[in-house]
Amino acid sequence: MLRSLPRHALFWPLLALALLLLINLLATPTFFSLRIQDGHLYGSLIDILRNGAPTLLIALGMTLVIATRGIDLSVGAIVAISGAVACTYLAGSPDESTAGRAIVAMTMAIGVCILLGLWNGFLISVLGIQPIIATLVLMTAGRGLAMLITDGQIITVNNPLFKKVGAGFVLALPVSILLAMALFAITALLTRRTALGMLIESVGINPEASRLAGVRSRTIIWTVYVFVAFCAALAGLMIASNTSAADANNAGLFIELDAILAVVIGGTSLAGGRFSLTGTLIGAMFIQTLATTIPTIGIPSETNYLFKAVVVIFVCLLQSPEARAALSRRRPALLTAKESHA
Amino acid sequence: MSSQTSTIKGLGGTLPEAIRRLDPPRRFYPIIATFALFVGMFGAGTIRYEGFSSPQVILNLLVDNAFLIVLAVGMTFVILTGGIDLSVGSVVALSTMVAAATLQAGWPAPLAIVAVLLTGSLLGLLMGLVIHYFDIQPFIATLAGMFLARGLCYLISVESIPIKNESFTSFAMGTVPLPGGYFVTPGVIVALVVLAVAAWVLHMTRFGRTVYAVGGSEQSALLMGLAVTRTKVGVYLISGFCSSLAGLLFSLYMLSGYSLHAVGMELDAIAAVVIGGTLLTGGSGLVLGSALGVLVLGTIQTFISFDGNLSSWWTKITIGVLLLLFVVMQRLFNRRQS
Repeated sequence: MLRSLPRHALFWPLLALALLLLINLLATPTFFSLRIQDGHLYGSLIDILRNGAPTLLIALGMTLVIATRGIDLSVGAIVAISGAVACTYLAGSPDESTAGRAIVAMTMAIGVCILLGLWNGFLISVLGIQPIIATLVLMTAGRGLAMLITDGQIITVNNPLFKKVGAGFVLALPVSILLAMALFAITALLTRRTALGMLIESVGINPEASRLAGVRSRTIIWTVYVFVAFCAALAGLMIASNTSAADANNAGLFIELDAILAVVIGGTSLAGGRFSLTGTLIGAMFIQTLATTIPTIGIPSETNYLFKAVVVIFVCLLQSPEARAALSRRRPALLTAKESHA
Repeated sequence: MSSQTSTIKGLGGTLPEAIRRLDPPRRFYPIIATFALFVGMFGAGTIRYEGFSSPQVILNLLVDNAFLIVLAVGMTFVILTGGIDLSVGSVVALSTMVAAATLQAGWPAPLAIVAVLLTGSLLGLLMGLVIHYFDIQPFIATLAGMFLARGLCYLISVESIPIKNESFTSFAMGTVPLPGGYFVTPGVIVALVVLAVAAWVLHMTRFGRTVYAVGGSEQSALLMGLAVTRTKVGVYLISGFCSSLAGLLFSLYMLSGYSLHAVGMELDAIAAVVIGGTLLTGGSGLVLGSALGVLVLGTIQTFISFDGNLSSWWTKITIGVLLLLFVVMQRLFNRRQS
């Protein structure tokens, strides 16, 4: 029983997360304590969940994209565009603080981002351009577009309902956590309780064979890029709402790398195929906990990058069949299933 | 007999036919497209703005983008094998940091330069080894390299470090006069030498031909008995070396080392390579194209500085549009070929 534990896909990510939490507990004994203040739940753990919500949202979409053997580099730019559209509309309307305006603004932002997702999906599934390049186009142009929308300014807004998305509370819990969890539940339900998950995996393992078997590869690939753009739109609204401002330059900067990292830590291979949403959840929490841990134990937070590098290298080596075979020659037969090249 | 009649027909042909008969080798098509784009953009600039066509404006394109040319040359090697190197921007930042920190510590300039070049090459070599021996995708391995280099920058210093070394500053301020009162900087000479050496290596050496072969089909190259391992690791070493050399040029340009230098520069380098006509799947492309790609990016910047009314974000949007144009063109071109 205990010997088979390390072979479980989620064993290593969970162990790493537990280890990080333990370090935090040793550094600050009150780390796990939660308190209720004015009917809102506060505490370090809640902070981690709340700050990690945007990354988690995008990582969920990214998991499905990576499962189809794709990648989306443009999510950071989409985050910036989403915030820019919502805030520019709100700031430009005469009755800025009404609930109706906030709803229109958020719908508009999500709509624009879905269009961008359709665009990415079109380049990849219809024109057949490599995902990394197709999304590179929007990654480069996207931030320029966001700045075009905000006219290069940081646009601040003042709307109670809009503020709630990123900074509000419902039932003592932050709205952003509830939103992220709801999307996680819906995605898990859709992919694991219907055939969708299996179809996505089949497209990732072999798009051509799936197509011949009657799977609509093109539609599925197109859908996952729209979905990840939708996730990025929500994340963008969350970030803009949390700061009550749209910063086209810095909103969601490098979030695509964090999201990809979360997916990889969670055990989903970049070569496509099998994916794990729970793994992604753990991965996203791990990255956010790491970002919290480093200043806590007295290391300057800028060195975060160094730790991320170590994590990436470590995770890659764990997932690499060659490295595993070199580490443990006792069980090589188990690990031969990986395809060599995408 | 038949050839003779066709010649006669050809002589009497219309102009398009005469052009068609020029028919350069197919592999030159993308670079011709890039060159046409460059000339077209420059022509448009000349018509719109006064003084745009001054030779010094063209030379300034080289002066302001010398580091990017070096960076794009290194990236071309990697992309030709079908890989990608996301770490180059961070390595540039790290190089400026290492140069500034070692000079501040009182190292002589040549020693500092060697330290910078060794750091970059070592990082590149490490990434190459990891990519080849552990079969990890270049994207993720160089992502780790990107984080590592950026993290090392912060480890050296969080603050910006000025470069006050005399040989560095005199080299940075120095100019190379050209006939007619024009000038370039020593950095431009370095970039052009790198470009020439890279072109020579790619087309005249066994290593260069293996780079193309690996990019065309790694499996076939392996079956042909080519040194695939050495080549695959080698291109990342070259990219690391070029990044650190570009970092040196950049530190001359900025005269400081800073952790936040060159954020996102890897995107510019990749964009230049793609606009230069190199296939991202590997196997086809020329370093000269990448240099032209850099000049196209530089021309966009020049446009914006000449206009004065255009905002800086148009640079990003234009680069995105050009990328799209070239990627779609490559795709259609390839589809017709296969």
